[in-house]
Amino acid sequence: MTSEPLKTPIYDSHIAQGGKMVPFAGWEMPVQYGNLRDEHNHVRTKVGLFDVSHMGEIRVRGREALKTLQWLTTNDVAKLEAGQAQYSLFPNEKGGVVDDLIVYCLEPGQDYLLCVNASNKDKDFKFLTENNRGAIIEDESAQWGQIAIQGPEAIAAIETVTGTSFADCPSFEFRTWEWQGHTCYIARTGYTGEDGAEIFVPWEATNELWQLFFEKCPDARPIGLGARDTLRTEMKYPLYGQEISDSSFPHEAGLGWVVKPAKGDFLGKAEMMAAKEAGVSKKLVGLMITGKGIARPGYPVFSVDSVEIGVVTSGTLSPSLNQAIAVAYVASGANSVGDKVLVQMRNKMIEAEVVKTPFYKKA
Amino acid sequence: MAYVPEEYYYTKDHEWAQVDENVVTVGITEYAQQQLGEVVYVDLPEEGQKVTQDESFGAVESVKAASDLIAPVSGTVIEVNTSHTDDTGLINDDPMNDGWLIRIEMDTEKELAALLKAPEYKKIIEAQK
Repeated sequence: MTSEPLKTPIYDSHIAQGGKMVPFAGWEMPVQYGNLRDEHNHVRTKVGLFDVSHMGEIRVRGREALKTLQWLTTNDVAKLEAGQAQYSLFPNEKGGVVDDLIVYCLEPGQDYLLCVNASNKDKDFKFLTENNRGAIIEDESAQWGQIAIQGPEAIAAIETVTGTSFADCPSFEFRTWEWQGHTCYIARTGYTGEDGAEIFVPWEATNELWQLFFEKCPDARPIGLGARDTLRTEMKYPLYGQEISDSSFPHEAGLGWVVKPAKGDFLGKAEMMAAKEAGVSKKLVGLMITGKGIARPGYPVFSVDSVEIGVVTSGTLSPSLNQAIAVAYVASGANSVGDKVLVQMRNKMIEAEVVKTPFYKKA
Repeated sequence: MAYVPEEYYYTKDHEWAQVDENVVTVGITEYAQQQLGEVVYVDLPEEGQKVTQDESFGAVESVKAASDLIAPVSGTVIEVNTSHTDDTGLINDDPMNDGWLIRIEMDTEKELAALLKAPEYKKIIEAQK
């Protein structure tokens, strides 16, 4: 990571829009523009724009592209047709998780674009090239900016700005959009639990597209990383480094649905499936904090008879529910819906209950 | 520029202390409030509890983060601002007056020498910009 934080193509607009900039994964990113709760609620009720240009993009091409990706991701890439996308994981040889990602299929068998976490991009690129099975692997992160448009009015906003229909694009599919000589991809994906899309746009045109949304959509507001985190936490979407890591197994994290052993062999498969067969000893659960306080990552979780049984991975006040919520790894015995646990917050033991997730459901 | 009244003492951790004989009223500064954003929960000690200079006596939480409250002086908590129990909005709206947090009966006035005066505290928040 460089010492000088990197700037996305939208940096100057963030400053002009009142963004409070903070260092994040080597980038200077807006954490909020005004009030975090207002930004959160705006995404839940109208439409918000997120600059996600810091995300990494890695292109995997060539005759061995499918073979390489089948070996290096846990989901079944062979299922993808052109224009389809898939949530997946990079496994390590111990059955843990190198990163989580989305695979976009440009041409089945031989051309895929992978969207990975900014914080892991260099690690991911090294992982792919070191374990390559004959594909052409290129880091295209510097070529792609990315804007997420999320909220109940997101699809209308996209149709207004692009002048094309998008409502008919199914979830986890994407459309190619030719705009002023730029090839863009508009994917029906997101990280908020709201309807919407993520647009891949060439770096040099990203800021112009950002501006265009605000010109044409009076309801659009810029949303910072703070609300991005509360929105994803309400959905219990995992964040790499908190819910998942090199040493966590997908089945513990509730990500067994992304692991497709029937597709054939993949890196770390034997270790990952052995961990599943042995029975996962802990599980990622949602906690409603019934006592007073807000759980934060790293806070220990105890059973009601004071045995340490887990740890909080994410925690916040849910702006939608106006209630403290947390995501935690909790050992078997107290990790079923309805189980009562205690979270240690500084010097106090605060009551919490295992609840169904997502925490937030649309009315 | 945040409001930094001359008559208060300050800590580098952004608490203020107002001294009235041996009773010290403590709160967070206007600058701290601005940095935290909307305060949604505050964890305060109970009356009678002992606090120690430079050590945590509670926490104030915004949606995104918790930050420790550091005692400006050692002593005994003699009053807690109960208006924060149901509504923490006062900490954002009026952190320097009605949004005070606790009152401490201090053990020794000597500890006041370690606190910052307004001009020194202003320099600290200027440097953080």
